[in-house]
Amino acid sequence: MSRNRNLSRKLLPPVCALVTVLLGSGFQQPSVRVEPAGSVGPRTMEKQTQTAVIRDYLLAWQCLSDALRQNRPELVDANFVGVAQQKLTGTIREQKKLGIQTVYQDRSHDISLVFYSPDGLSIELLDTVEYEVQIRDGEKLQGTQNIRSRYLAVLTPTEVRWKVRVLQAEPQQENTSGLRDGTWTGQHSASPLHPISNAGGSR
Amino acid sequence: MRSAFTFCLGLFLSSSSALAQAGYLQLPQTVSAGAAWSLPTHGAGQGVLYIVGPGQVLKRTFRLGDTLAFSPGELYNAGHYTAFLVSPSATESTDFDVTAATQPESISFLAKPSRLPVSLQNGISGVAYLFDTFQNLMMNPVEVSFQLFETGGAVQERTVTARNGVAWVRMNSASRAGIAQFRASAGKVTEKRVVQQVPGDPCSLRMTAHLAGRRIALETEPVRDCSGNPVPDGTVVTFTESYHDMETTVDVPIKRGVARIEMPANNGAVISVATGVVLGNTIKWEGGK
Repeated sequence: MSRNRNLSRKLLPPVCALVTVLLGSGFQQPSVRVEPAGSVGPRTMEKQTQTAVIRDYLLAWQCLSDALRQNRPELVDANFVGVAQQKLTGTIREQKKLGIQTVYQDRSHDISLVFYSPDGLSIELLDTVEYEVQIRDGEKLQGTQNIRSRYLAVLTPTEVRWKVRVLQAEPQQENTSGLRDGTWTGQHSASPLHPISNAGGSR
Repeated sequence: MRSAFTFCLGLFLSSSSALAQAGYLQLPQTVSAGAAWSLPTHGAGQGVLYIVGPGQVLKRTFRLGDTLAFSPGELYNAGHYTAFLVSPSATESTDFDVTAATQPESISFLAKPSRLPVSLQNGISGVAYLFDTFQNLMMNPVEVSFQLFETGGAVQERTVTARNGVAWVRMNSASRAGIAQFRASAGKVTEKRVVQQVPGDPCSLRMTAHLAGRRIALETEPVRDCSGNPVPDGTVVTFTESYHDMETTVDVPIKRGVARIEMPANNGAVISVATGVVLGNTIKWEGGK
């Protein structure tokens, strides 16, 4: 009993510190909805594959967010490969050069898997993402924007996980963010978004 | 009460006036990747424009009222971008898209497998991802032509419209063994891959026997698959001689299309031959008669 108490005392500070850090950093789990993968083709997708792809894709967003916030290009390597890795690394290098940081906070994902190649070497998904982007120049917050955009991602299997090879937003016919030409948002304002239902799991 | 209302109205009008004086962002809704474009601004004073997206970031310091010119190739990664215009009085933001070019400049072509047996239905798969000159995935529908040039001049051809930047196809392997060239073409771009089509499993097996000194010389006829292609050298053929309660088995690799072996000449012995799942003929040795 006393041993357990001692263990709790030892564990409590780091756990509290972690919770404090997470709360302090505004850490928030995005809501995730995944369309049933029944019609994905041409290769049949196993449930385990679908779970792994979604997990790794969402981790890639977390990785993107961390790398752009901290301006650390090396963080990208864990979840991105090929064109996506090169482009993201280039963005971070440019940010460092310009002395700016961007903070991407994904709020929700609405994912549908659209293609699983016959050889099993690539998976394509479409994701309607709602996220907030902040721009900081030096230490100063310059602006915040809420965005809703549809991303197309191509993932390929690597040694231990699926990595994002292409991550690119689709052009929008209509701007759905609610903020178009000439709308003043103020330095700390955020436009309201209508969150999508959380029918799936969350990471 | 009336004076309070007047004060609030005055505050509202003054803040509206401040907004009206601020430089408005008049961004095009879409910009072509790598194209030159300009952005007129309004107002007075110093401003900073940030264009941010996961694919690229830009920062420009300028005088409000000037037209910002972006040179060709300055903003080249397709995707969704947010522009923040920071002026002394306010910050404005808006988002816009950078779109990929309409003609592909490169194809990422995966052909699988690189080696397969002949006459296999839907045995070859080809997947083509289309990119523009800046490595942006082309999301508009583009026709992709897949061609499989077989040994002997026959061509299989299919045209597929790429959706979400990808087109795929399945094709049959040819009936003749040899090197086939698999091509994917879109616009002016063509990518080639080589697919080696090897003979399938042996289809039939037949051997002959004759006396060679005190032994029996056994030799198969040229071993072929069901399409008539010679089975590759090294394929193992098994000869079995049964004599009373004794059985002798020898595995022989095919050399120059045939398998040869000498076995003890025992009168009354039964000799059989097999390779893979194919069983050949049986010979009962009666001393060469």
